[in-house]
Amino acid sequence: MGPQVVFRSRVLPYLLVAPQLAVTLIFFFWPAAQGLRQSFLREDAFGLSTEFVGFENYATVLADPTYLEAFGRSLAMGALVAAFSMGLALLFATMADRVVRGAHVYKTLLVWPYAVAPALAGVLWFLMFNPTIGVVGYTLNRAGISWNHYLDGDQAFLLVVLAASWKEISYDFVFFLAGLQSIPRGVIEAAAIDGAGPARRFWTIVFPLLAPTSFFLLVVNIVYAFFETFAVIHATTQGGPGGATETLVYKVFNDGFIGLDFGSSAAQSAILMVIVSLLTVAQFRLLDRRAEA
Amino acid sequence: MVENRPFLALLRHLVLILGVALLALPVWLAFVASTQDGGEMLSGQFSLLPSGHLIENYTAVLFQGLASAGVPPVERMIFNSLTMALAISVGKIAISILSAFAIVYFRFPLRKTIFWMIFLTLMLPVEVRIVPTFQVVSDLGLLNSTAGLTLPLIASATATFLFRQFFLSVPPELAEAARMDGAGPMRFFTDILLPLSRTNIAALFVILFIYGWNQYIWPFVATTDESHYTVVMGIQRMVAVPDSEPIWNVVMATAILGMLPPVLVVLAMQRLFVKGLVDSEK
Repeated sequence: MGPQVVFRSRVLPYLLVAPQLAVTLIFFFWPAAQGLRQSFLREDAFGLSTEFVGFENYATVLADPTYLEAFGRSLAMGALVAAFSMGLALLFATMADRVVRGAHVYKTLLVWPYAVAPALAGVLWFLMFNPTIGVVGYTLNRAGISWNHYLDGDQAFLLVVLAASWKEISYDFVFFLAGLQSIPRGVIEAAAIDGAGPARRFWTIVFPLLAPTSFFLLVVNIVYAFFETFAVIHATTQGGPGGATETLVYKVFNDGFIGLDFGSSAAQSAILMVIVSLLTVAQFRLLDRRAEA
Repeated sequence: MVENRPFLALLRHLVLILGVALLALPVWLAFVASTQDGGEMLSGQFSLLPSGHLIENYTAVLFQGLASAGVPPVERMIFNSLTMALAISVGKIAISILSAFAIVYFRFPLRKTIFWMIFLTLMLPVEVRIVPTFQVVSDLGLLNSTAGLTLPLIASATATFLFRQFFLSVPPELAEAARMDGAGPMRFFTDILLPLSRTNIAALFVILFIYGWNQYIWPFVATTDESHYTVVMGIQRMVAVPDSEPIWNVVMATAILGMLPPVLVVLAMQRLFVKGLVDSEK
């Protein structure tokens, strides 16, 4: 780690890391430690007394059917967002990679949704599907497909997935396009000379060579669906109707801030931290492999 | 180009145009809604073209806000968002570049420990530590302040890693030459390393500006005083009005104004944006 040449100084390096270290200690380690401590405590409803309860909060959370449902829901959300956004992004990237005229314009017009805040994206889709005044919702109802995400939990869930995927397409597109452009043209040309058509070349050459990028994006998309969908959900469905859009992160917030059940919320945070750590490790592993490929 | 089939080329353009339209559709519909008056919105007659109340609606949200929902003028919220986004991006870049410089170019006791402590922040996004972070910031008396709004978001390792990665790729001969010429570490930093990092700093700035502008949950809990609302979180107060339908044309005008600055940044600095995006995942 680091080049051979180093500077010598006893005090300077500490001064240089001091600001970041201070911010990290005060605004990361202190709250994280508080949270960890809280996850082993139980507070009475008035906050007057606390008692050490060991792993009881964890046991309660893990035995709670609504928590397990939220877990399954978060996983499903991750899988669906990844499938929608990666599928479309790969399609657009494959097309944009081979376009000669207007390539730059297409790229520009496909990447901007990344900059839209998830909360705003949620609000846009919410209006678009509004059963009475939204263009899509109204049309669906006119066509005989009953749509009302205010009442139907599955439809509300689908709406959150769509809004989150819409925003994520741009991100996946950038990485797929970079992946495609790093595939040597010679390989493709050789296959073409051997008589392989575009579809065959895609499935036998391009697609396998994109595997590292795809795995990497899969992990990133799942992390994204876990955390960033929070803003979509909070700004639109608020976890409803009937808890149909309550994800793990939403529950941490809701049980802590609204339910004031700090012990449970802290235990949920700790469990989420384990999940994020595993995903981060997976992401780093995949990055190594991506760098080799 | 391997083969030249006009049909395939046409198909590609068709798919891409559909893709562009699909991505633009929600924003276009929001824009149309933001130009209608209340009656038009609720009439159930859809138009795909803007109506005539553009200036009227946008002036109203910009300078009056939505007092019935406790939302300040959007102009105020945009100013708050801008302050927050700039403080987060500038703050994060400044503290990260300094600590990365120390970690790469110096050997000192606890160096590895400090590196791992910074690394650990990747494990716990602010959404997850929101409750204890709120308690800490509240204990410090930093609610409703720019410091309280930004410091918890600055405590993250991504930028430090980016600079560390970049410094490791700088030829060590440069530092050696600087040292032989009698330049101290800070001279090397300001005269050589900083100019070399210019593109990286700019790319990171684009990404962090978007990240900062789009923050939602932390400003939501850290601002109880409406004069500190940011535009992205303020919209929630307009949508979640109890017992009544949101005033959608006002909501959509706010949404359009709230997404305009970061979208313009991406459009204007597309190359830096893509570089920042790809780099920050390395």
